[in-house]
Amino acid sequence: MFWNTLALAIKEIRRNLMRSFLTVLGILIGVAAVITMVTLGNGATAAVSERIASLGSNLLMVRPGQRLGPGRDSAGAPPFKLADAQAIENQIGGIKAIAPTVSRTITVVHLANNWSTSVVGTTRDYFTVGNWRLAAGRVFNEAEQRSGKAVCVVGQTVRANLFGSENPVGSTIRVGRFTCEVIGLLVSKGQASMGMDQDDTIVMPLRTVQRRITGNQDVRMLLVSVSDGTPTSVVRRNIESLLRERRHITASEDDNFNVLDTREIADTLSGTTQVLTLLLGAVAAVSLLVGGVGIMNIMLVSVTERTREIGIRLAIGALEREVMLQFLIEAVVLSTLGGLAGVLLATVGSIVLTRVMEVPYLFNATINILACAFSAAIGVIFGYFPARRAARLDPIVALRHE
Amino acid sequence: MGDGNSADAPLIELIGVTKTYGEGAAALQALRGVDLRVEQGEFVAIMGPSGSGKSTVMNIIGCLDIPTTGSYRFRGMAVERLSRNQRALLRRNYLGFVFQGYNLLARTSALENVALPLLYRGESVSRRHAAAREALAAVGLSDRESHMPSELSGGQQQRAAIARAIVTHPAVLLADEPTGNLDTHRSREIMELIATLNRDRGITVLLVTHEPDMAEYARRIVRFVDGMVESDRPRMEPA
Ligand SMILES: Nc1ncnc2c1ncn2[C@@H]1O[C@H](COP(=O)(O)OP(=O)(O)OP(=O)(O)O)[C@@H](O)[C@H]1O
Ligand SMILES: [Mg+2]
Repeated sequence: MFWNTLALAIKEIRRNLMRSFLTVLGILIGVAAVITMVTLGNGATAAVSERIASLGSNLLMVRPGQRLGPGRDSAGAPPFKLADAQAIENQIGGIKAIAPTVSRTITVVHLANNWSTSVVGTTRDYFTVGNWRLAAGRVFNEAEQRSGKAVCVVGQTVRANLFGSENPVGSTIRVGRFTCEVIGLLVSKGQASMGMDQDDTIVMPLRTVQRRITGNQDVRMLLVSVSDGTPTSVVRRNIESLLRERRHITASEDDNFNVLDTREIADTLSGTTQVLTLLLGAVAAVSLLVGGVGIMNIMLVSVTERTREIGIRLAIGALEREVMLQFLIEAVVLSTLGGLAGVLLATVGSIVLTRVMEVPYLFNATINILACAFSAAIGVIFGYFPARRAARLDPIVALRHE
Repeated sequence: MGDGNSADAPLIELIGVTKTYGEGAAALQALRGVDLRVEQGEFVAIMGPSGSGKSTVMNIIGCLDIPTTGSYRFRGMAVERLSRNQRALLRRNYLGFVFQGYNLLARTSALENVALPLLYRGESVSRRHAAAREALAAVGLSDRESHMPSELSGGQQQRAAIARAIVTHPAVLLADEPTGNLDTHRSREIMELIATLNRDRGITVLLVTHEPDMAEYARRIVRFVDGMVESDRPRMEPA
């Protein structure tokens, strides 16, 4: 009986192609929308976390000036000196590496090419703190660092603009008014991280930049990498009290510097993208619901349309449950088709859209299953219950139905 | 369907059957106490003016509807006491019904329409189609088996409906004006067919008709007036 009824249901679906198509379409759109939205949201969250991770793990950024906010002013706060970095490194435990930095945007020239880029003056620890690796050459050594030698390590974007595909190691470039030897090439960190290109950079010893570019002893930012297993909050508090002491800040005064924890930024940002995912998901869920109402509508109309048919079937000896089984199978087949097509469309759509948005594609089984189950439930509920009502009519009443 | 004490019970027996449509002031009594017995193998014509309750009584005999009061016994079984499913099984296994309107499934070929009752009897596709072709041939519709109802004339639809009623070789054939839309020639062919089924297969036939010519094929004529049996007599042989 089941196979007969299945064959019958499939015949009915083919007999009413347009109606079947619309039902499938309703489910398809809802399912595809929900899955795509959630997948994109997940991808965006993952991308943000990934980029934050690429900044370096357990990283604290210490800058002069108060934390930016309404009515606050970072100007006027005294800069750091190299001694501040040394004091932190020597007096506070749990620090893996600390890199004092100062940077300037300067035009650099090689032969006929010039390029405006950010020149960072720092110590060897900068490469550890920032998770930088070398593609070629070497980083500057202690001696070069101490003497402020004119050597530099260039990022991939700088290389591309000054040297094309050539190996820059061993060549010289002009940086402002002095000539500088390229001793290393960095591995690319990927494009456009949070709107800026991390590879568009040149790294030199701190002294070189201080002496030949800025002309003073100032350090604008301290990058602190905390050892694994040490809570960043503890290190942060220690740095804050040490710096308050060194900068002679009285108990009643606010800090004139600020410490930023990358994990904190990560949490804030991924929290934001999670809210966004939720929002997108909610919008998509509404579209699934609207799709569901559409299905319900089509099913209701079709059952009304088919009440006479139900009457005929009952009159020639079909049992109530056989008629209901037929409608149930029809509904299940249609919603399954719609659900599968929706998953397929969502998969293709998500892969394409994540490419376009440059976020990773992450398959989320839960949302796929959830969306399919929901659409199937709608199809079954709205296909089955009106049919059940019709199948319970007296055959003669159903036959007379106009 | 146990046959129980059916050996001596008549095939069809209506006892004081009434049928009221609607309620209160709007109530309309379509049948006002009908008594009728039909034995196995009979060929009964039901006649009477429009609105006299012929279709109503056929629906009750066909187990499509139940009496408001009174009793309908099929082989001694009180049909009004059976469940919906049991009545469906009676229709499936014993009854063939030709409706006054044809009631064919739309967008379904004549062959599929005729084969439908066999589906609910659990027959295989090949058996269903073979039997449906045979039934279509019997009503002269062999060349139209793949046509949809909308592609058939009224008379052809009527004949397809008859084919659907006889495809199961039912014990009782109930036909509500089966020749209403046919020309005299076709009507006679259909009546010959029904008479043959009655004679050769012993199928009991109840048939509603307006035309005295068609009633000629029956061996007994029941006349309805105003929801009651006015006369019930054997057809008078022409002198
Ligand atoms: N479902 C219904 N609801 C209300 N009244 C009905 C219903 N079915 C039939 N009637 C009424 O019952 C009466 C008998 O109807 P029925 O269909 O039995 O007549 P009939 O003898 O078959 O007539 P005809 O020869 O025109 O087919 C009519 O007055 C009709 O209006
Ligand atoms: Mg009638």
